[in-house]
Amino acid sequence: MLNFDKEYFNIGYLDTLAYKNTFVHRLDPRVKLVTTIVFVFMVVSFPKYELSKLIPFFIFPVFMSAAGEIPARFILKKLLFVSPFVFFVAIFNPVFDTAAMYNLYGIKFSGGWVSCISIMIRFTLTISSALLLVATTSFPGVCRALERLYVPKVFVVQLFFLYRYLFVLAEETMRIVRAINMRTFGRKKYGLKIFISTIGLLFMKTVERSERIYHSMCSRGFNGEIRLLKMDKTGFADIVFAVTAIALFIIFRRYDIARILGELAL
Amino acid sequence: MHMSDALLSPAVGGAFWAGALGVIAYCARKLKQKIDEKIIPLMGVLGAFIFAAQMINFTIPGTGSSGHLGGGMILAVILGPYAAFIVMASVLSIQALFFADGGLLALGCNIWNLGIYPCFIVFPLIYNTLVQAGSSPKRIVVVSMISGVAALQLGAFSVVIETLLSGRSELPFGTFIYMMLPIHLAIGLMEGFITAGVINFVRSARPEILESVSVSKDLSPGISLKNVLAGFLILSVVTGGALSWFASSNPDGLEWAIEKVFGTSELSEHEKGIAPALKHVQNKTSFLPNYSFKHGDDASEKEKSKEAWPNIAIGTSVSGIAGAIMVAGLILLCGLGIKFVKIKRD
Repeated sequence: MLNFDKEYFNIGYLDTLAYKNTFVHRLDPRVKLVTTIVFVFMVVSFPKYELSKLIPFFIFPVFMSAAGEIPARFILKKLLFVSPFVFFVAIFNPVFDTAAMYNLYGIKFSGGWVSCISIMIRFTLTISSALLLVATTSFPGVCRALERLYVPKVFVVQLFFLYRYLFVLAEETMRIVRAINMRTFGRKKYGLKIFISTIGLLFMKTVERSERIYHSMCSRGFNGEIRLLKMDKTGFADIVFAVTAIALFIIFRRYDIARILGELAL
Repeated sequence: MHMSDALLSPAVGGAFWAGALGVIAYCARKLKQKIDEKIIPLMGVLGAFIFAAQMINFTIPGTGSSGHLGGGMILAVILGPYAAFIVMASVLSIQALFFADGGLLALGCNIWNLGIYPCFIVFPLIYNTLVQAGSSPKRIVVVSMISGVAALQLGAFSVVIETLLSGRSELPFGTFIYMMLPIHLAIGLMEGFITAGVINFVRSARPEILESVSVSKDLSPGISLKNVLAGFLILSVVTGGALSWFASSNPDGLEWAIEKVFGTSELSEHEKGIAPALKHVQNKTSFLPNYSFKHGDDASEKEKSKEAWPNIAIGTSVSGIAGAIMVAGLILLCGLGIKFVKIKRD
């Protein structure tokens, strides 16, 4: 029943990473969000047999994790953990696309292998950049950025609330699960019946909590209007960061830096 | 089940983002019109509830593996479609950012696949028409299971369509469908069963909770036929151009599969085929309107040169690989350099 503690501390860990104070952390959340989105668009916009042009793009996640002091091992672990679905889809490319594409000293590489590797590289790039965005911005920071980019307020507030109570409810769940474990003599497997009543119990506690929250909001003057604190400012450093990053992405997208470098070297 | 950035093309990802954002904006407006303040904290906490519930596993009977709650159906039943959709979108956003489920571009697809179908198709058309306030627990179980299956089948089918339209994967339509749908049949049955179980459990233990919740549900009374039709219209606009392309050039999924197995790849055309239909939406959403479409041409060039590849001098591909290794090395050095400077400064 418990792969629970692990997941819980995982979110907690990402959250603590976001409160470091580095150059990357100090950047305006909007700038980081927009840059990351541009990055993802660039990476996925390559045709499916692209390999060498993708490699220079690693500079972005590497920079973010190095300058933001985010442990690369943690990011890689997370990537590995969610890779099965993509891998499962990509691994069929070599099966269905067998036309030879590269011939390296007599060893033939089919187009399928090339596109399969390409998919895995895209996966690494896009997912790590998303993780690094939260790890260097904090989730409330991302929400503030969304609000200032004109995402509907109800949705932004929903995100704030969800994030705020995620930890509270996770602790609640932990208490319930611990109570069950103590009464079942450490049995590891649980059937549907116990599962459903556990979730049901959690649900009831959740609704009761939401009523208490509502009352306390009312007593603090909540009248249906949602107010958010705005404090991010775009400074000179932010503009430099965004312009440099996006200019680099455009260069990487247009020119095959890796191939040019390889030709120069050989 | 989560769609992933790596399998998407910008056109498909952008189109589904546009769709998802449009529906979020629509729901936000609907909620604002008839806001019951009470629902705001409830929505937030229920989003967190879905997460907490997903952290608990159960053992699937007959097999050793474990499953957990998805959430879309139970939210729709409790909150009504508009609020449920917003909550589901927020849950998926957190999953994309914290659990690396899918990625930023694929988030649009995921909100579409896991939010739209349970909230705006299955709930109003199946669940709400078949279950009334006084329905028996058994009826709730049966209807929930049908709903769960319908929602997840639609979602899984969408994943297949999105993957195929993007043209990054070589999986033939038929094979992919055969793999996705049966798995999600099982998942859908479980989802429905759990949803019904929780609703029945709460109904027997503390019926007043569901009643108090359904007071706030009144702010989005049952969807009218007009809204459902509007939903279908959005759906058909997004998938329509694409599907009609499939219909015209691939009369039969199996034929297509055979064609693919024998290696006549038409994927570059495929990209071009959907491009015009989606270009309008893309132009609106993309940060660099004309830019990301360049890959259509790139792909065709690549495709043309593909035949020539084996004849091309070894040198070209070797220099590509050598260059790639060098660039990767340089990037790594940059990273280590930054780290080193930081440590020194401390």
